[in-house]
Amino acid sequence: MEDDAPVIYGLEFQARALTPQTAETDAIRFLVGTQSLRYDNQIHIIDFDDENNIINKNVLLHQVGEIWHISTSPADKGVLATCYNKTSDTKVMTCAAVWRMPKELESGSHESPDDSSSNTQTLELLCHLDNTAHGNMACVMWEPMGDGKKIISLADNNILLWDLQESSAKAVLSSSAALEGKGQLKFTSGRWSPHHNCTQIATANDTTVRGWDTRSMRQIYCIENAHGQLVRDLDFNPNKQYYLASCGDDCKVKFWDTRNITEPVKTLEEHSHWVWNVRYNHSHDQLILTGSSDSRVILSNMVSISSEPFGHMVDDDELSDQEEQHQEEKIKEPLQDSVIATYEEHEDSVYAVEWSSADPWLFASLSYDGRLVINRVPRALKYHILL
Amino acid sequence: AGSGTGSGAADSPEATGGSTGGGGWRRPHGPLQRYYGPSTAEAAEAAPDPTDINGPHFDPEVFMTKVRSECPLGQLLAREAALGREIRALDSDMQTLLYENYNKFISATDTIRKMKVDFRHMEAEMDDLAANMAAISASSARVSAALQDRHRRGAQLAGVQALLRKLQALVEVPGRLRRWAGTEPARALRCHARARAVLRHYRHLPSFRAIEDESHAIMAELAQRLRTRLREETLDPKELTECVEMLLQLEEPAEELSEEFLSQAGTRLEAELAALEAELPAADPSGTATTPPPPASDILDFVDRGSSAFVGTLCQLASSYRTLFGEDTGRLEPFAAALATRYFALLERRLALERGLGDTSLLVRALDRFHRRLRALLELLPAGADAAAELVARAARERVDRYLRALQTFFLGCLGDVRQALAAPRPPGKEGPGLPDLLATLAASVLGQLKAVLAYVQLFTARDVAFASLPYFKGEFCVTAVREGLVVAFVRWLCRTARGFADGPAERGAPAAPPALLLLLARLCLDYENSTISYILTLTDEQFPPQDSGPAVTPGPALCAEARAAAQRLLDHYVQVQGAAVAQMLRKSVETRDWLGTVEPRNVRAVMKRVVEDITAIDVQVGQLFEEGVRRAQSSDSSRRAFSVYSSSRAPGRYAPSYTPSAPMDTHLLSNIQKLFSERIDIFSPVEFNKVSVLTGIIKISLKTLLECVRLRTLGRFGLQQVQVDGHYLQLYLWRFASDERVVQGLLDEVAASAAHRCLDPVPMEHSVVELICERG
Repeated sequence: MEDDAPVIYGLEFQARALTPQTAETDAIRFLVGTQSLRYDNQIHIIDFDDENNIINKNVLLHQVGEIWHISTSPADKGVLATCYNKTSDTKVMTCAAVWRMPKELESGSHESPDDSSSNTQTLELLCHLDNTAHGNMACVMWEPMGDGKKIISLADNNILLWDLQESSAKAVLSSSAALEGKGQLKFTSGRWSPHHNCTQIATANDTTVRGWDTRSMRQIYCIENAHGQLVRDLDFNPNKQYYLASCGDDCKVKFWDTRNITEPVKTLEEHSHWVWNVRYNHSHDQLILTGSSDSRVILSNMVSISSEPFGHMVDDDELSDQEEQHQEEKIKEPLQDSVIATYEEHEDSVYAVEWSSADPWLFASLSYDGRLVINRVPRALKYHILL
Repeated sequence: AGSGTGSGAADSPEATGGSTGGGGWRRPHGPLQRYYGPSTAEAAEAAPDPTDINGPHFDPEVFMTKVRSECPLGQLLAREAALGREIRALDSDMQTLLYENYNKFISATDTIRKMKVDFRHMEAEMDDLAANMAAISASSARVSAALQDRHRRGAQLAGVQALLRKLQALVEVPGRLRRWAGTEPARALRCHARARAVLRHYRHLPSFRAIEDESHAIMAELAQRLRTRLREETLDPKELTECVEMLLQLEEPAEELSEEFLSQAGTRLEAELAALEAELPAADPSGTATTPPPPASDILDFVDRGSSAFVGTLCQLASSYRTLFGEDTGRLEPFAAALATRYFALLERRLALERGLGDTSLLVRALDRFHRRLRALLELLPAGADAAAELVARAARERVDRYLRALQTFFLGCLGDVRQALAAPRPPGKEGPGLPDLLATLAASVLGQLKAVLAYVQLFTARDVAFASLPYFKGEFCVTAVREGLVVAFVRWLCRTARGFADGPAERGAPAAPPALLLLLARLCLDYENSTISYILTLTDEQFPPQDSGPAVTPGPALCAEARAAAQRLLDHYVQVQGAAVAQMLRKSVETRDWLGTVEPRNVRAVMKRVVEDITAIDVQVGQLFEEGVRRAQSSDSSRRAFSVYSSSRAPGRYAPSYTPSAPMDTHLLSNIQKLFSERIDIFSPVEFNKVSVLTGIIKISLKTLLECVRLRTLGRFGLQQVQVDGHYLQLYLWRFASDERVVQGLLDEVAASAAHRCLDPVPMEHSVVELICERG
C-alpha cells in the first residue's frame, strides 16, 4: 500500500496558469501557461502516463504575452482560452483569446520528451474576446457540461457573456453586467456553477463573494466580508448544488451554503499564508484541494459537509450488480473532517491546483518557480472511500 | 544484724530489700513491731533463711560461715563494730521498756484493790431497788384494768366520726364539681379523680350511685365544654396542651384526641405559615416579566419571624404531643414533616427573592439562625434534617453562583473601562494611562474582587456559624461549590472570554477588539498562567481547605495550560491583526500604483515610512507589556553600521544574475539553491511571548504580502528602482525589530528578485544612490 511518489516536472519559466484538459476523460492531461516578460511564452501540454509514472510534454508557443489564466473547452479537446498580458512601454493590458491547438496534440502524442522542444508548434487563434471597453480580463470560464459555445469572462468590474459562433471563430458579446458601487470592484476570480442548468456563476471581488444569474445577469446573492481579506478563489461543490467553497488572504478556506449566507458552514484554517486556490474533487466532493503561497498543497477530507456524509449503504446484492460503478460504492464508517495530507514538494508559492479530469484520484499543483507536481490521493483513503 | 550485701543469690524476691516490714538490719525496731502484731503479709513474706539475722530461722553457724567465707577483712571488722553498736542499742531499749512497764503494773494492782471494796457496797442497794419495782408494777396493773372499758368506747366514736366526714365529702363532690367545672376545670378534675375510686367501689349502694351518676354527668359536660374549647381558634399552644391533658384525664379516647390535637395545631401552624407567606409577593406564573418589588423586610427578619413563630410553635406542640400521647409518633411525624416541608418551600421562595448580592453576612446569619432553630425541631423530627441541610446548602450554592456571575459582570465592566481608556481620544501632548497601568489596574481590581468574593463566601464556613459543621460545608462546599464552581469556573470563563476576542466574530462585521486590548488580554492570561492562578488556588485552598476524600479537583496545571492556550491564541491573533493592517497598506500601495509609467525614484515612498512608523509604534506597544526576547546573536548594536555596509556590498552581488537577462535556467537554479539553504518560513505561525517574536511575526506577514503583490504587477525600469529603494529603506529600519535579521533580509531579497523578474527593463539603480535616497529619508 505504499503510496506512489509524487512526479515532478520543471518548467523553465515562471508559471501561474494550470488547467486540466476538461473534455478529455481518458488520458491524464494538464495544460500549463508560463509567465515570462522577456521570452516567448509557452503552453505546456503535460501528459501523465499513470502506469509507467512518466510525463510526456508538448510545448505550444503563445507569443502574444504572458499567461495569467488558462481554461479549456468542456466539449472540444483542442480548444482553450487564455488571459494574457499585452505589454507596451507604458501600458499593460490583460486580454483574452480562444485558441485551437494543432490536431495531433489534442489527444496527446507520445513522443519522447527530448525532441519535443525541437518541434514547438504554434496555437491557432480562433478569436479575441474584445475587451477594449471593459478593462483587464481576470479569467475566462466555459459553460460546464455545455457544448463549448458559451463562455463568460471577468474584466475589471464587468461580467461578459460571450457566444462563440462559426466554430468558435467569432465571439459575440451576448450580455453583460457591471458591478457598480464604492470600493474595490475588480473581480479577482469566478466559477460557473454546474447546477441549476448552468445558469449561475459566482464571482469574487475584494472580500465579497457574489452569485449571479446568467439569464438575467442580475445578482442573486452577496456574501459581504466572506473573508477577512481578499477572496482569491471559489469552487462549486459538484454534487451539492448550494455548496460553495472560497479561499483568501486570511489563510482560510470557507464553505458556504448559498441559501444561508450569514455564516460559513465550515472553516478550514490550515495554511500559514494566503490560499490561492481551492478545488472540489469532481467525483468525491469530500476531497478538497487547496494551494497556498506558504508553498504547500493541502488535501482535506470534509466528510461532514459532503454529499456522502455517512457513505452509501449498499446491500451486498446490489453491490454485486454495481461493482464497477464507483459512485455507488459505500464508505464503511463516517470519517471525521480532517487534513489528509500536506504536500511540501514546492519551494515557491503555489498559485494553482487542479484535479485531473480523467482520474479522480490524481491532481496537479503548480508553483511560481515553474514546478509542476502530480500527486495522488493516498491509497488507504481511496480504498476507504471506494469500499 | 542483717546480711545486706552478702545475701545475693539466696534471697527470694519477697525477702530482699527493706521496703516491706520484713526487716533488714537498717530498721532495728522491726522485731519489736513484729512481736506486738505481725501482719499476715509480713508473716507470709518470711521465708526460712538461716542467714537472715532478724529472721526466725537464723542459724548463727551458717551465718558466720557465710560471712567469714564471703567478706573481706575490712568489711568483717566494720560488720563486727556495727553489730556491737546495735547490740548495745538494743540492750538500752530493753531496759527502758522494762522500767516503764513496771510502773504501770504497780498502778494497776492498786486500782483492782479499790474496785473490790466498792462492789461489795453496791450489792446491798440493788436488792432494795428490786423490791420497790415489784410494788409499783402491781399497782399499775390495777389502775389499767379499771380504765379499759372507757377507752374502747372513745376509740369507736372517733372512727364513726371520720367515716361520717368522708361521706360528707362524697356527698359534696357533685356540688364542688359543678362549682369548679366552670372556672377551674383542673381542680374539678383533681377532685373527681379522688372521689372516683370510692364511688366506683360503692356503686351498688343506691345513694352512692346517685352521686356517681351526677358527677359523671358533670364531668361529661365538662368534657363537652373542653372539646368545644379545643376547637376554638384562639387557643394558644399552652392552653391547647392543658385542654387536651384534661381530656385525657377524663379518659376520652386518646386516638381521637391526638387527631383533634393535631388538627388544631395544624390550623394554628397554617395560620403562621400564611402570615409568612403574606410577606412574599404572589407567585408569578407568567414568569419574570415584571420584577417583583423588593421584599418588605430583610431575610434575617423573615427567618427570625419564621423560626420564632412557626418553628417555636411546632416544637412546643411536638413536645406536648409526646408528653401527652407517649412516644408513639406515627401520627406526629408525617404531620410535622408536611408542615416543615411547606415552611422550607416558603423559605426557599424567600431566598429566591434575594436576587442581588445583598449583604451576605445577613444571609449567612439568617441561614444560621434557621439552622439553629431547626435543630431543636430536628431532635423530634429527624427526617427533616436532610431537607434542611439541603436547603441551606442550596442557598449557599445559589449565592456562590451569583457571585460567579457578579465576578463575570465585574470583569466585563473592567474590560469595558479598558476599552474606553484605549479608545478615548487623547489630548495631544498628554499621555493617557499606559498599557502596563491599565493591565495592573485590571489585574488588581479583578483579583481584589475575587478576594472580596472569597471573603464573603467564607462567611458560610465561619466557625461561629452552626451549619458550617455540616459535612457538606466542610467538604463538598469547599471543593465543588467554591473551588470548582467559583474560582475554577471564573478562571476558565476568563480564559474563554479572552479567547473569544480572538476567535470571535471579528471578521464578520462585528466591531473587532482593538489590537491593544488583545495584547493586554494576552499578557493578562500569561500572568494568570505564570502566577495568578496558583496564587488564587492556594488562597482558595487555604480559606477552604479541601478534604482528602473529597471529589477530584481541577489541578492547577490544567488551568494554567488553558490560560496559556488563551494567551497564545490572543497573541497570535494580535500578530495577525497588526500584520494584516500593515499588509493591507502595502497591498493597496502596490496595487494602485502605475509601476510602468512611474518616474525615476527620488524618495522612499510615503507608505514605507508609514509602515516603519506603524511597526515602531507596535514595537513600543508590545514593549510595554512583553519582555524583549532573544534575538539571534548575529549582530550586536555596534555592528549596525557595519551591517548596512555588509548588505550593500553583498546583496547586489547576490541578486545580480537575476537582473541580467541570461539564460532563464540560471535564475531558477540560483533561487532554488538559495532556498535550499534557507529554512522554510511560516508566515502566519504561532509566536512566542516576547516582543521580538511578535514583531518578527508582523514583519514577516508584511513583507510576504509585499512579495506576493509585486509578483502580480509588471514593472518598468523605474518601478524596479522604486522597489529597490523601498526595500532598502525597509531593511534599514526593520532589521532591528526582528529576532533574526536574516528573515528580513531573505524576504526582501525575494521581493527584489521577484521585482526584477517582473520588470520589462531590469536596470537596477546604483547602490550608492539607493543609500543616498534612503538616508535622505
